[in-house]
Amino acid sequence: MPAAHVAELVIYFGIVLLLMVPLGRYMARVYQGEVWLARWLGPLERILYKVAGVDPAAEQPWYRYAAQLLVFQLVSGLGLYAILRLQQFLPLNPQRLGPLPPAVAFNTAVSFLTNTNWQAYSGEAQLSYFSQMALIVQQFVSPAVGLAVAVALFRGIARQSSKTIGNFYRDLVRGLLYVLLPLVIPFALLLSWQGVPQSLAPYHPVTTVQGQVQQIPGGPAAAMTSIMMIGSNGGGYFGANNADPLENPSALSNLIVWVMILLVPFATVFTYGEMVGSRRQAWTIFAVMLTVLLAGFALTWNSSRAVGPRLAALPVRSSSGNMVGVEERFGPFLSSLYLPATTGVSNGSVNSAFDSANPVAGMVALADLMLGCITPGGDGAGMYGILFHVLFIVFLAGLMVGRTPEFLGKKISIREAKLVMIGLLITPVAILLLAAPAAVLPASLASVSNPGPHGLSQILYAYSSGVANNGSAFGGFGAALPYSAIMVGVAMFLGRYLIILPALAIAGSLAAKTSAPVTAGTLPTSGWMFGLLLLSSVLVVAGLSFFPALALGPVAEHFALWAGQLFPLH
Amino acid sequence: MRELRASLVMILAIGLLFGLIYPLVMTGISQLAFPWQANGSLLRQGGRVVGSALVAQRFRGPTYFHPRPSAVGYAANGSGASNLAPTNRLLIAHVRRRAERWQLRLGNKQAVPFGLVTSSASGLDPDISPAAARYQAPMVARSRHLPLHLIDRLIARHIQEPLLGILGRPVVNVLELNLALDRLSAAQKASGG
Repeated sequence: MPAAHVAELVIYFGIVLLLMVPLGRYMARVYQGEVWLARWLGPLERILYKVAGVDPAAEQPWYRYAAQLLVFQLVSGLGLYAILRLQQFLPLNPQRLGPLPPAVAFNTAVSFLTNTNWQAYSGEAQLSYFSQMALIVQQFVSPAVGLAVAVALFRGIARQSSKTIGNFYRDLVRGLLYVLLPLVIPFALLLSWQGVPQSLAPYHPVTTVQGQVQQIPGGPAAAMTSIMMIGSNGGGYFGANNADPLENPSALSNLIVWVMILLVPFATVFTYGEMVGSRRQAWTIFAVMLTVLLAGFALTWNSSRAVGPRLAALPVRSSSGNMVGVEERFGPFLSSLYLPATTGVSNGSVNSAFDSANPVAGMVALADLMLGCITPGGDGAGMYGILFHVLFIVFLAGLMVGRTPEFLGKKISIREAKLVMIGLLITPVAILLLAAPAAVLPASLASVSNPGPHGLSQILYAYSSGVANNGSAFGGFGAALPYSAIMVGVAMFLGRYLIILPALAIAGSLAAKTSAPVTAGTLPTSGWMFGLLLLSSVLVVAGLSFFPALALGPVAEHFALWAGQLFPLH
Repeated sequence: MRELRASLVMILAIGLLFGLIYPLVMTGISQLAFPWQANGSLLRQGGRVVGSALVAQRFRGPTYFHPRPSAVGYAANGSGASNLAPTNRLLIAHVRRRAERWQLRLGNKQAVPFGLVTSSASGLDPDISPAAARYQAPMVARSRHLPLHLIDRLIARHIQEPLLGILGRPVVNVLELNLALDRLSAAQKASGG
């Protein structure tokens, strides 16, 4: 690897490593103490509680917490669906756009509610400014909900014989005001400085040097891009997302958005360490996440450095790597660095076209989704996702050595083990059960745009992206067709709430227990041995579930590519 | 009922704060601090806006440098990629056709820089590699009756080096290069050259 690339890696990772621990500890104070920001925003916080008529000091048992969360999500979701269906009667619709079709409106409402940001609609052509603003609101709310669930679970682990796990609205509002808001403002300004538009003006018609008419977009792009990155949303203002030069104009802006992808997800690991009082375990979990992330990058970069023999045989200079669907200012290297970050986090923004990536690079993205986006995962979601694996390993290792499994001194019983299995298995079960019919039904196959094994990869990718709440796509996939819009909507819904509910149930059940003192016989839940066990749990659960499907999709395409086989066959 | 009311009021209040006030405040600050960037990085030539420095526009014929191919016809408000898989027969056909066309334009059999025959992720990639610019130089020099070394010098002046020599890779902005090219031609004409 050239020295400049090594230096680039050091800068990219260095910034995240420097910021994540202080931010994580600050976040722990947001949720369980006081922060200096409350001096300025405290009145606003109290007004929010007051108008909504909620008592932030009222602690809730897990089922009350979950019920409040679900009612809030239901109201927000129905409201968003109504806005998308009725936008022609609402203000800020200068282009007089009609309603979104029902299937696409359902898909979009679920997509933004669940922090997925799968985009079946075309923003520029189909959404009024009012609808776009409604989506931005969910881009703030959905990561705040994810963080709320995560800290509720942390409290459940940390508390002793407690009936309650926190207050939902308090966690929601504090996440919004003290975590997300202070991060998005400086980042929005940095992006705007780099060239991302931030205006209220309509599109600017321009006659080019040779007389073409171009509509140069305006609007609040920097503000949206900022929360889209910080909030692990990924749904961009422009069609090409972070590959669009107006959304990610330079090498510097690319560094900024990359840091934004990983910042809160990694920080949440250290929030966990603070709240459960085990910094060592936080570092172990971080190391596992980083290992998968780095391995994904190495595989992607190795795959993107070359093109297949059929392209290489043409009279072109392709020695610098795959440039199909890649921007010149990023090249294969920065595109390869972006890919495992955006799919390891359930971010889903892209700075290259994944559909045109070489098969192994595409498979890294797909595999990240199939792991459930937990390396390091979305805001909050990554941490509660990987804690299922942690508890699973504690239970399994406990059984193997014949002792009652204990986690931070708390006994893991059958009830928690069952809940863990639901949260662990929902990802593979939902992906495979939804992708299987989609691979044969004509109504679904109409969405497939590439022939051969890559077509199957497109279907697998769509449902994996949905269930993992990622939102990136193999872009040729026709996401707006009714079958795919509805079924990917179902995928996003299952992948969000069938993990949130068991997570909160586990929080409630662990909170009620008391820690026993750690003895010499207790399985240590930090250090390299536990890290290895955790890593194998993460890889084996997904590997066993998905190997056959991957073999028929990206693996088959890989061998076809290097054998010079193209599709359709003739 | 109290739950429903709380949810409804909370989402409306959050909506007001984050859907309306936040973007408005950001717009205000950006418009004051970075007015050029915040309004689309528009470039002017002779007092007329001719495009955005960040958005590729179509250039045809031998008198201008060409940007990379676009899967969306350089539609600034509809960015997108070809999304052709690496094993898609169409991809190979497209690249071959573009390579042949470049060799015809240049009148030689040199291998074509890869960026000039592949569509980018956005279809609006404003840059080409320095190699892709130098590759096109003879075509531009010939059609403008300018000595090649002047064109090469112009390209060299327009190479944007990586930040700190590390971040990113060297690129040439096609629109800025072409505007400078027009100025160069005008200056040569004025000096009777």
